[in-house]
Amino acid sequence: MKVLVAIKRVIDANVKARVRQDGSGVETTNVKMAMNPFCEIAVEEAVRLKEAGKATETVVVSAGAQQTQETIRTALAIGADRGIHVPHDGALEPLAVAKMLKAVAEREQPGLVLLGKQAIDDDCNQTGQMLAALLGWPQATFASKIEIDGDSATVTREVDGGLEKIAVKMPCVITVDLRLNEPRYASLPNIMKAKKKPIDQIALADLGVDPAPRLKVLKVAEPPARGGGIKVETAAELVDKLKNAAGVI
Amino acid sequence: MSGNFSDIREQIRALCAGFPGAYWREHDRARTYPREFVDALTTGGWLACLIPEAYGGSGLGLREAAAIMEEIQASGCNGAAAHAQMYTMGTILRHGSDAQKTSYLPEIAAGRLRLQAFGVTEPESGTDTLSLRTRAVRDGDHYIVNGSKVWTSRAEHSDLMLLLARTTAREDAPSRTEGLSVFIVDLREARGKGIEIRPIPTMINHATCEVFIDNLRVPAANLIGEEGKGFRYILDGMNAERILIGAECIGDARWFVARAGDYAKTRKVFNRPIGQNQGVQFPIARAYAQMRAAALMVERAAALFDAGERCGEEANLAKLLASEASWEAADTCMQTFGGYGFAEEFDVERKFREARLYRTAPISTNMILSYVAEHVLGLPRSY
Ligand SMILES: Cc1cc2nc3c(=O)[nH]c(=O)nc-3n(C[C@H](O)[C@H](O)[C@H](O)COP(=O)(O)OP(=O)(O)OC[C@H]3O[C@@H](n4cnc5c(N)ncnc54)[C@H](O)[C@@H]3O)c2cc1C
Repeated sequence: MKVLVAIKRVIDANVKARVRQDGSGVETTNVKMAMNPFCEIAVEEAVRLKEAGKATETVVVSAGAQQTQETIRTALAIGADRGIHVPHDGALEPLAVAKMLKAVAEREQPGLVLLGKQAIDDDCNQTGQMLAALLGWPQATFASKIEIDGDSATVTREVDGGLEKIAVKMPCVITVDLRLNEPRYASLPNIMKAKKKPIDQIALADLGVDPAPRLKVLKVAEPPARGGGIKVETAAELVDKLKNAAGVI
Repeated sequence: MSGNFSDIREQIRALCAGFPGAYWREHDRARTYPREFVDALTTGGWLACLIPEAYGGSGLGLREAAAIMEEIQASGCNGAAAHAQMYTMGTILRHGSDAQKTSYLPEIAAGRLRLQAFGVTEPESGTDTLSLRTRAVRDGDHYIVNGSKVWTSRAEHSDLMLLLARTTAREDAPSRTEGLSVFIVDLREARGKGIEIRPIPTMINHATCEVFIDNLRVPAANLIGEEGKGFRYILDGMNAERILIGAECIGDARWFVARAGDYAKTRKVFNRPIGQNQGVQFPIARAYAQMRAAALMVERAAALFDAGERCGEEANLAKLLASEASWEAADTCMQTFGGYGFAEEFDVERKFREARLYRTAPISTNMILSYVAEHVLGLPRSY
């Protein structure tokens, strides 16, 4: 079974995101970028499936600017076998990404597509679900445990208020959550090996995807600065403050 | 920042994030060896970066090794616990026999064999290496060694030690720099059988020791290269060591500048961040400038070394300038933190103590200046 992993290059999780002066979006020039942490978990899971003999090949795919290849190399250093880079400058909406992934999945014929449950830049949480719908494949989102047995996968999902276990037929789409695994550090020998692994380039147009946005971002703004907290003496005072000062009840 | 190698730096930062200040404070307080950190570097293959691929390493150059060491220090960790595993093997690689290379290097690359100790300095000879007194006398297919070493770092945490000893009496040696030889000593066999190791309590957690050698039998097969040529063999290894230590100093300087800057932005006194005062800003800016300048020299020296060119001058200048830049940055950081610089929880006092070492070891500032004066500028020999 082949595993296809979709990854995204985002602002590094440790960097404090700043809104662009003109309010058109988040500043990304000269900002440190890294692989989306959920995508890293997806790559790690794919590599573990291969190490456990459940997968035969792991392929990572990412759309983005030229530097996206660095992010693909990072995935190859974790242990993925080869990469596919779909060049595109500027943002892509989840639907365009899902269409791109559908076209790649049709070429690659994986038994499993793994994605992060969301990317930490826009927190959309849509791509995996859209991809499953476009492919007409079963989906299991927010996975915290994945067990593959023949042509079905048993997935433990993190849902509001607890865990849910479902079985899905393969091929399927699984989006991964934080507790699925802890990604390894790439070792030096694996970084060296990654430099020699192939990364193919495929144009968006060749995949039949129109990148034109369908949504219009009107304005991006910093969240309002948080005011200081207060201490209350009694439960009655707390209720009063919630009702009259905060206006939340 | 010397070189780029962002892929390497990123992984080192990720690895180091698992060893925060609290980890180092604990080992520092207990004076225990940071084994977990060294194991993580070993498992990741980082310490084998300079070993050729044919022997199981990654076959990278000193520039990459420098990036690794710099990033370790800039992350607040202490690479001194492990740096020697990277470069001590260079003497075996460059001057060892094929048999020595094939038996030791793959084991060192795999991390199964630790070559972390290098016994040069002696109580009576100090900086004047050529007057060292440890004596090795040939006896059949062995050498019998007697003498003592001091400041032999990590001897307790190493399987092998490179040992520099005199094999020809000074007066009988064909030249001033001949008569010394390098041996590979297997400490696992030798401890209690001719070698006694005693840790020296110091102001830093450096696992440095006294080594007493009493009728130690070393197989003649463990002699590296030719008898009597040992001093020359260790010299090019010393260039590598100086360049890497220089890179560590750059990392330290980056750490101090970053900490000082962060603190100066947030600490408010007289209703303003202290960093708003130019009296606080300027020393930090100056420390940054000195760090950047020294980093260029480290980079230059490493590039020459990797190209196989002469780099004695640059290696020495790199170590000199980088150790001074890190010390300047350390002092500035200490001053910026006010009283809190002395509190253990900010790690400044620990890094301050650790950074001070590199103005003294592996070669002290005066010796570099004297090298530059005599060998680069042609001034009269002073000693
Ligand atoms: C923590 C630590 C770890 C070490 N690890 C190792 C190790 O692993 N292996 C090893 O072999 N050594 C090691 N050393 C030893 C280190 O290399 C020496 O301490 C250093 O080279 C200086 O030698 P010394 O201490 O004998 O000083 P001395 O030679 O006694 O010198 C004392 C001072 O006088 C100055 N001086 C001496 N002669 C002159 C001169 N002619 N002109 C101007 N100034 C002069 C020196 O620069 C120095 O400042 C370590 C030292 C320390 C502190």
